[in-house]
Amino acid sequence: MASFDVIFLGGGPAGYVGAIRAAQLGLTVGVIEREGLGGTCVLWGCIPAKALLESAAVAHRAREAKTFGVNVGEITTDYGVAMKRSRAVSTQNSKGVEFLFKKSKITWIKGTGTLTGKKTISVTDEKGAATTHDAKKGIVICTGSRVKGIPAIGLTLDKTNILSSDEVLIAEKAPATMAIVGAGAVGCEFADVFHEFGTKVTLLEALPTILPLEDADVAAELTKSFKKRGIDVVTGAKITAAKVGKGSVTISLAGPEKKELTVEKVLVAAGRAPVIDGIGLESQGVKLTDRGFIQIDDQMRTSAEGIYAIGDVAGPPMLAHKGEREGVVVAEVIAGKNEHRVNYGNIPNATYCHPEVASVGLTEQQVKEKKLDYKVGRYNFSASGRARTSGETEGFVKVIRDTKYGEILGAHIIGAHATELIHEIVVARENEFTVEEINLAIHAHPTLSEAIAEATLDSMGRALNA
Amino acid sequence: MATKVTMEALSPTMEEGRLVKWLKNEGDPVAKGDVLAEVETDKAVMELTARGEGVLRARLVAEGDTRPVGELLAVIGAPDENIDALIKKAPAEAVTPSEPSSPPTEVPAASRRVEAAPAVTMASSSAASPPAAPAPPARPAPAPPPVPVAPAAPVAPPAATASGNGGGRARSSPLARRLASERGLDLGQLHGSGPGGRVIRRDIESAVAAAQAPAASAAAPSRTAPPAPRTSAPGDFEDIPLTQIRKTIARRLAESIGPVPTFYLTADFDLTSVRELRTRMIALGDEYKVSYNDILLKAIATALSQHPEVNAHWLGDSMRRHHRVHLGMAVAVEDGLITPIIADADRKRISEIARESRELAKRARERKLAPEEYTGATATVSNLGMFGIDEFTAIINPPEVAIFAVGAVADVPVVVDGALAVRTRVRITMSCDHRAVDGATGARFMQTLRRLIENPLMLVF
Repeated sequence: MASFDVIFLGGGPAGYVGAIRAAQLGLTVGVIEREGLGGTCVLWGCIPAKALLESAAVAHRAREAKTFGVNVGEITTDYGVAMKRSRAVSTQNSKGVEFLFKKSKITWIKGTGTLTGKKTISVTDEKGAATTHDAKKGIVICTGSRVKGIPAIGLTLDKTNILSSDEVLIAEKAPATMAIVGAGAVGCEFADVFHEFGTKVTLLEALPTILPLEDADVAAELTKSFKKRGIDVVTGAKITAAKVGKGSVTISLAGPEKKELTVEKVLVAAGRAPVIDGIGLESQGVKLTDRGFIQIDDQMRTSAEGIYAIGDVAGPPMLAHKGEREGVVVAEVIAGKNEHRVNYGNIPNATYCHPEVASVGLTEQQVKEKKLDYKVGRYNFSASGRARTSGETEGFVKVIRDTKYGEILGAHIIGAHATELIHEIVVARENEFTVEEINLAIHAHPTLSEAIAEATLDSMGRALNA
Repeated sequence: MATKVTMEALSPTMEEGRLVKWLKNEGDPVAKGDVLAEVETDKAVMELTARGEGVLRARLVAEGDTRPVGELLAVIGAPDENIDALIKKAPAEAVTPSEPSSPPTEVPAASRRVEAAPAVTMASSSAASPPAAPAPPARPAPAPPPVPVAPAAPVAPPAATASGNGGGRARSSPLARRLASERGLDLGQLHGSGPGGRVIRRDIESAVAAAQAPAASAAAPSRTAPPAPRTSAPGDFEDIPLTQIRKTIARRLAESIGPVPTFYLTADFDLTSVRELRTRMIALGDEYKVSYNDILLKAIATALSQHPEVNAHWLGDSMRRHHRVHLGMAVAVEDGLITPIIADADRKRISEIARESRELAKRARERKLAPEEYTGATATVSNLGMFGIDEFTAIINPPEVAIFAVGAVADVPVVVDGALAVRTRVRITMSCDHRAVDGATGARFMQTLRRLIENPLMLVF
């Protein structure tokens, strides 16, 4: 039995960042985590996936090396080695969080937690031994989310044929064929990885475009790029059934073409659901939204006094950086600081396939739906000197601005390093800079960032290099 | 029995006050009527006096902090009395006033502004704000022009003071600046909710929303029922019920261009006689030295006394014609403007007006005006002549129905009897609230004013 000011239930990005911030503010902090610190992000998501994408990128570049005057001989790939490297990166990151905990004097309570009162939580460790801990100022639920599969159409996760990202992240080899169900960020990223490791990939998306949350122009550009590389992209795909055979899965699709598809593995990259079972939420009166997430207010408070929720379990967007910010806010709320609320309208999205996709703010479709008066500025990387030097001329920057005031309503980037470039716009929007201020800031030449300046200029009808 | 000391409404429009200085320490004995602290209101620095006696047990607000009216500032009680309950009941903010990073303690620039006519500012912004407005024909008029009505050759105040934007830059985002300039809002008047009190988009939006609420709810009522004894004596005014046609005119015109449908009448006045009068008086000695403006104030006041339909207040369901003339004069102060009042200006001698206007302008700049010195005007004069402005329009300060904008006195070529001649002239623009003052009514007033200005002996008759 230990007593803390605040206990975080979950050691993912939301929980561990919140814990560190709470410790900075002088609170005593415990974090309950049954696996490793860092959560899905560090162990089963962002970090290992990006490590694999980097392997894919190296393979891709190596195949182009000859045209750069570099001969590397025959290119072969080994998924197992890439996987082991990615696991090592994850472990290293998780150890990094452990170090931060020690530095901040945060207690890691290993085990699975269940609420037993408004201020008490019982933790069962691996051996089944239970301890009870109490939190004087607040309990924060940050249990995250997991892929749940789509059993209704036969896509029940079985860890051998029908996989979630958890399994492919520890696979020893790339399959010969793979269908990826769901073309959101996860689906597109693994399509990229496995394609580069020699798998014949079919990317299936039920909605009319891949990356359905992104701007339609960007989705079209990525579709074009994937198809050019040889990734089979099927949008508007209606899966009616999936049958597991011996070492293969047969997927039935409605519609005139591609009635049946037989692949070695299926990766289900759709349908993440919050982890809410067995926590004791109901017993403490913590209400859920109609979509099954924990309902919170802008101070991360749930319907039960003293119980807070942050991260994926508290609702979309299910992004590590959204959870991290909520962690900071919840720590400050519990510590009695009257801090700035999360600006949910300015959370960047990033997809790390090649070309990369990043965005912030509204898409052109959303701007139209809101009937805003807007102008679009666009700049293609094919016109960028820097992009030509690196041979990465795919993609573009698209800036959507308000006609009257120049407010940046949204920005969409597809191309090399898009996920880094987007932050110029994120900072600008957070500070309410307009396209004028972006343009006034001098951009170094030659850089990819110039494309952002040019796109804002274009939105004002003043593009210089296009 | 302990006494709570709360932020009192020290002026009729005050919503919050900044505690400038504590004059008693915790533990000091306090008698009823003792001055406890100096509090800066929206208009001036005022004294907060004790309403109970005993010992000042607790000071709950740090110097420099701002608190809304009604909030607990301190507790007076017996030396050994338990006052925990009293303090605990106070909102959390009041109990921890020293937390430096908590936004409420950041004094928004707005609360410190001296603002003569919030009603006018807000009315003008709401008039300009309907998003669907057809191509804006004219940019919304700026906040009432700051006008030091003062000695003839005043030292021009620093440029920052003269620009309606006031002294001290308000922190704001570029987007907020654009939105504000479009809507004619003064950023300095807004509460900033961004980091470090920065004015951001949502602050502009909430200011616009507030302005669209029934015209200036905060300021208008106090103006409508001025606390000043001057205008409230029976017989000092007459309330005129609105006729149907007047109601229709009022409604239609307000629908057309805003809550105060204003039109402007501009005329040139020949000051040849005024100049002669003034030269002769100056020759008599320093005690007879008055400014052109003093003489113009007297002329406008006299004309108002002859035109009660202009010397009036629009009260929504009636018009109040005042029998006495209390002339407001706009004075630029460090971070805004205020309109102190020359009471019974029509009955005062020019020398009295000269002395009083000088004195009021000085006290206004020092922020020493008492509320009754700047409330209850029946009409207002604004003068930008000393900035070389030939003519301009001023914004009516409701519930008044007219304001006079006085330009620069200048020697200009004019045609007299078919030949060119140089004459000293001034241009005055009268802004009229069309709900109360029709075009012809205003024009007749200007005729009277011309007779008085061009024949200044009538002013002493």
